[in-house]
Amino acid sequence: MSEITPDVVRHLAGLARIALTDDEVSRLTGELGQIVDSVAKVSEVATPDVPATSHPVPLGMVTRPDVPGATLTQEQALAGAPAAADGRFQVSAILGEEQ
Amino acid sequence: MSDTTGSGAAPVGPASPADVSDLAALDASALAAKLAAGEVSSVEATEAALARIAQVDGGEGGIHAFLHLAERARETAAAIDARRAAGEQLGPLAGVPVAIKDVLCTLDMPSTAGSRILEGWVPPYDATVVARLRTAGLVPLGKTNMDEFAMGSSTEHSAYGPTRNPWDTDRIPGGSGGGSAAALAAFEAPLALGSDTGGSIRQPAAVTGTVGMKPTYGGVSRYGAIALASSLDQVGPVTRTVLDAGLLHDVIGGHDPRDSTSIPEAWPSFAEAARAGQREGALAGLKVGVIRELGGGSAAEGAEQGFQAGVLQRFHEALDLMQTAGAEIVEVSAPSFEYAIAAYYLILPAEASSNLAKFDSVRFGMRVDVPGGTVEDVMAATREAGFGPEVKRRVILGTYALSAGYYDAYYGSAQKVRTLIQRDYDAAFAKVDVLATPSAPTTAFRIGEKVDDPLAMYLNDLTTIPANLAGVPGISIPSGLAPEDGLPAGIQFMAPVREDARLYTVGAALEQLLVDSWGGPILGNAPTLG
Repeated sequence: MSEITPDVVRHLAGLARIALTDDEVSRLTGELGQIVDSVAKVSEVATPDVPATSHPVPLGMVTRPDVPGATLTQEQALAGAPAAADGRFQVSAILGEEQ
Repeated sequence: MSDTTGSGAAPVGPASPADVSDLAALDASALAAKLAAGEVSSVEATEAALARIAQVDGGEGGIHAFLHLAERARETAAAIDARRAAGEQLGPLAGVPVAIKDVLCTLDMPSTAGSRILEGWVPPYDATVVARLRTAGLVPLGKTNMDEFAMGSSTEHSAYGPTRNPWDTDRIPGGSGGGSAAALAAFEAPLALGSDTGGSIRQPAAVTGTVGMKPTYGGVSRYGAIALASSLDQVGPVTRTVLDAGLLHDVIGGHDPRDSTSIPEAWPSFAEAARAGQREGALAGLKVGVIRELGGGSAAEGAEQGFQAGVLQRFHEALDLMQTAGAEIVEVSAPSFEYAIAAYYLILPAEASSNLAKFDSVRFGMRVDVPGGTVEDVMAATREAGFGPEVKRRVILGTYALSAGYYDAYYGSAQKVRTLIQRDYDAAFAKVDVLATPSAPTTAFRIGEKVDDPLAMYLNDLTTIPANLAGVPGISIPSGLAPEDGLPAGIQFMAPVREDARLYTVGAALEQLLVDSWGGPILGNAPTLG
């Protein structure tokens, strides 16, 4: 069932925003292949008549009264940021140069 | 049964305020009684814990249970002493020191979840459980070591180095909450908080000779617990006795409107449930189910399932004691449990890959700058540098399990297995009051033994994962020392959802029978440290 190749790992790492090294891609290709082969056994018993469970103790839709309450101040929210300016989180360019 | 602990039992001596090491050795309930009676101050208890930490935690070969110590522990303790002196009515654990797993947010201490990516991060709020500790007058000592983002069974995946098992410092203390369990076993703290996603409270308890309780899912608030897998995570107590666990659960448990999965119902007192277990006849008529697929069958079947012989031996001896005290042992079958690890290692990585997306180098934590790079380049470089190998493995596995074309085959199927496991529990609890298994398949393994073999590491969670998948509560208490290696083993009890109190009663009853048979607590046999 496993189709884990180095290209698949590179693609997944791109989706997960992790800049893996070539060594890591190579090691993860082998490890993920083994793990996926091992966990694929779930399909043996997951027949169409069995409903899925996403939550162990379902409570339904939980809401609270729509009343303003205490929140973090702007300073508190920004206190842990690697960089902030003018009361906002500061990041590098969000678009490439060609855009 | 006289050799149950494997060597002559030497219970920890009676405490004397003049001797800090004896004070540090007190159970929380005994310490709380002395505090209430004015025989000991909270400052003295806190100083005793800090002295013990200074003695055994640091340096080459030290336990390394703590990542960070509270700067104001003495002041916090002094404030409690002052309130007590002023005649204020305080809660039952007021003045008792407590260690906090680093996965829980604390306003006054860094909260790293064992990860480099959060190094030095101080949250702008307290986790609800931490706030409740403070309100109840407990004294936070510091933050305990853990596998990075709670991904692991040995604490070797901490970015800050492994914690060592006080029973044998070449061995792991379990994981992910190895720091909390080791702090208890090494008498560095009388109480600790843990979190349990697939056994991270119970398995460390088993391999360190301590007590660990995973409450019913929704029984304890997850607000401010850095999320690993939100449908599995649960915060709970790590202690040296069942009564202490009940006392701590009473402080941290109950509905929290800030957690939408928190059960909005009242709970009974778990300390009272534990005290009920200490009374004569507590086990009479109790039906205890042993699970054929998890060590409940023959010794040969158990060995085939991966259980160490001595772990199984202590498990069955504990059941014999319960039977002698009036419990009935019934064998049950849970055929879907065979698929639990596979389902867990799809559901957990899927949820973790989503939860860990928040570590984006923008709002908190580390940032690795990429000259001329876009924000996405910075994110990818930061996550590459900030995450350890196990976190990368699971995030990428989860991304795969959730990707288009594979979702139904993997994540969807795993959720169906979850239903089947719940049905197995329902069928079993129709016949018995509690289920019992060994808490972990083996005693503590050596540091380095499994760290490069993820599948072997994952098998440690064989006995603990089903409870997380079904949301049921589970407690681990010491069952004795395995004869072949002299290391602690644990017995786990599980009860239906919302029946946590039953576990405290049954656990306290068996604990009393075992401690009587050993002539003292199991930790009295632990080697001297420092």
